[in-house]
Amino acid sequence: MKTFRMGGVHPEENKISNDAAIEVMPVGKQMVVLMNQHLGAPATPVVQKGDKVKVGQLIGEAQTFMCANVHSPVSGTVLKVDTCKDAFGMAKPAVYITVEGDEWMETIDRTPDIKRECTLEPKEIVAKMKEMGIVGLGGATFPAHIKYSIPEGKKAEYLIINAAECEPYLTSDYRVMMEHAEEVCIGVSILRKALGVPNAYIGIESNKPLAIKKMQEMAKQFEGIIIEPLKVKYPQGAEKQLINAVTGRKVGSGKLPIDSGCVVSNLGTSFAVYEAIQKNKPLIENILTVTGKELKTQHNCLVRIGTTYNEIISHTIGQLPETTGKVISGGTMMGKAVVNLDAPTVKGNSSVLVMGEKEARRQPETNCIRCGKCASACPMGLEPYLFSLLVKNNRVEESKEHNILDCIECGCCFFSCPANKPLTDEIRLGKNRVRAMMAAKK
Amino acid sequence: MTQQILIAVIVLGALGILFAVVLYIVAQKFKVVEDPLIDEVAEVLPGANCGGCGKAGCRAFAEACVSQHSLEGLRCAPGGDAVAAKIAELLGCAVEQGEPQVAVVRCNPANCGDKRKSNYDGLRSCAFQNTVYTGESGCPFGCLGCGDCVAACQFDAIHMGENGVPVVDADKCTACGACAKACPRRIIELRNKGKKDRRVYVSCVNKEKGAVAMKTCANACIGCGKCAKVCPMEAITVEGNVSYIDYKKCIACRKCVTECPTKAIKDVGFPAPAVKPAPKPAEAPAAPAAEKVEIPVAEKVEVKN
Repeated sequence: MKTFRMGGVHPEENKISNDAAIEVMPVGKQMVVLMNQHLGAPATPVVQKGDKVKVGQLIGEAQTFMCANVHSPVSGTVLKVDTCKDAFGMAKPAVYITVEGDEWMETIDRTPDIKRECTLEPKEIVAKMKEMGIVGLGGATFPAHIKYSIPEGKKAEYLIINAAECEPYLTSDYRVMMEHAEEVCIGVSILRKALGVPNAYIGIESNKPLAIKKMQEMAKQFEGIIIEPLKVKYPQGAEKQLINAVTGRKVGSGKLPIDSGCVVSNLGTSFAVYEAIQKNKPLIENILTVTGKELKTQHNCLVRIGTTYNEIISHTIGQLPETTGKVISGGTMMGKAVVNLDAPTVKGNSSVLVMGEKEARRQPETNCIRCGKCASACPMGLEPYLFSLLVKNNRVEESKEHNILDCIECGCCFFSCPANKPLTDEIRLGKNRVRAMMAAKK
Repeated sequence: MTQQILIAVIVLGALGILFAVVLYIVAQKFKVVEDPLIDEVAEVLPGANCGGCGKAGCRAFAEACVSQHSLEGLRCAPGGDAVAAKIAELLGCAVEQGEPQVAVVRCNPANCGDKRKSNYDGLRSCAFQNTVYTGESGCPFGCLGCGDCVAACQFDAIHMGENGVPVVDADKCTACGACAKACPRRIIELRNKGKKDRRVYVSCVNKEKGAVAMKTCANACIGCGKCAKVCPMEAITVEGNVSYIDYKKCIACRKCVTECPTKAIKDVGFPAPAVKPAPKPAEAPAAPAAEKVEIPVAEKVEVKN
């Protein structure tokens, strides 16, 4: 079975919410929609206080290159255009909407019929992706229309769909494959058409045998979709690692996947693309996994973007257990702890992971014993222990020479370190310093 | 036998003379003319290489002084006026008298200690924590408490206080500015020490709107502008929901201190009991406003990253 060549770890999978079907969460009384739900500049609000909006109406417009449209997830009246504290307590521009009824835009097709035919030209597909505010749902929330506008002189040869879901606990992609296999395959075909590549590969880790079977059966009905079962190893879902696992190609230091002729998208993105292109539905909903070892029930739910963490928690599990140590948005390896549970969810959120106090606490740090486990775990072939020293001594140029910017912050080094050194944190700090230095030099 | 010794001596001697000549010519050709003054000036400097002057150490500072033959725009903060006078004497130029300064931490520890809204257990570095989230206090502008400033100080003049906000030892502080540069949130500022070491400053840099800031911290500056109105010297400006006292204009009358509804303005170095009876009645109406502020106790959530 295929997998990437260098490094990697195998954390406890904990896919305990695998069997929880996707449930639709009701809409709350008020929604707060952040304007920067994507990588890049925030969108510019195009509504004002008192405006009536419908579900799917454009409320934030992308006015710069690196930006994505934001649509209203609910119908109602705009309460105010202000700032709102995000999950990490930082104030971000946002639109507050008081919910009234559930009136959708007329253009959105809400029938349950599945539409297979797509008559749009590749350029029209990309334009529509931009219009519908599609961003990469793998976590980085990179605006999708930029990824699918291939720069001149470069050629895409492979389309790779990331359904590895290598992060522990997360099951939202798995549920999408189990429940919406056909839609996903249509979405993949559309993306394949947009790029003009002969084949699309869907990489699925072998710990999801049911999904692999289901997708393989479905893929038979479509032209040019190949299911690629992968050996379980973290971080298989990372762009460069997935390319290496599926095609055997390597993406060089500082290069983009397109330089190796590959485009990688998340499975969730292909589902969102199906809904956007075939059903005219903008990206206004998220599928979140609500899970944790200490929870009595596990959930996968479809929520409107802008629902707060507290609303999701009270709807699914009632309240947090008393022993809660952390609430994490994302998986255990790369997820970020949420400090402000009143914050709205944004595009790209994949889970609400509740961790008990014991599980969440970091172990005390001890001294590095030069065992080299971090270096053998690093999927990018870097030397985390070295960066740790360089960062501690503020040797910025040297860290750049040792390719610190290649780090994908997957957390394998920290995970494998027997001394519990916060290596990933140190490298992130080092990366920030290198970027600051490069910006100052310009 | 003697012949062999003679040959060796002659050969080696000739080689020696040849090399001496080459070395002499090279030394003459590539001679670096260095002003002996640089050494003398460097001798006078404290030699801490703190970088507070903006140069890469004391020697670089001495070179800069000598090359421009004046002290204009150059100041060694740790050395102060004494060193400035000595350098001026060496250079034979006028001394630019500067007011002695001190580092000031502009954050109240009101929200720390037991009132923390989350526990941070990541890398102990403010610069890193700043990129992750607001910090344990919940204030996006407040002190993060990991002590980057303490590590940056070469003079042992800044230490973490009991409440998790650093405290400056004014006697040891040389105003080199290393802590101010190390602080990722720009909370530390260099201000004039003031007459008799008495100074008044706004101990908050929170730019949030008043109501939001009050929710975050009981002692936050809410930008109400009361201090600016009461100031007889027009030293106070309110910009971006936070007020700032210009230390060059301030006469330390402390009218603003009593006026501030959230007690965000701090006075340092005043004899406490002697002056207190006068401002007390004025303080009474302001005090309840500050007490009204209740900090919502959010779930204690830990931060992983």
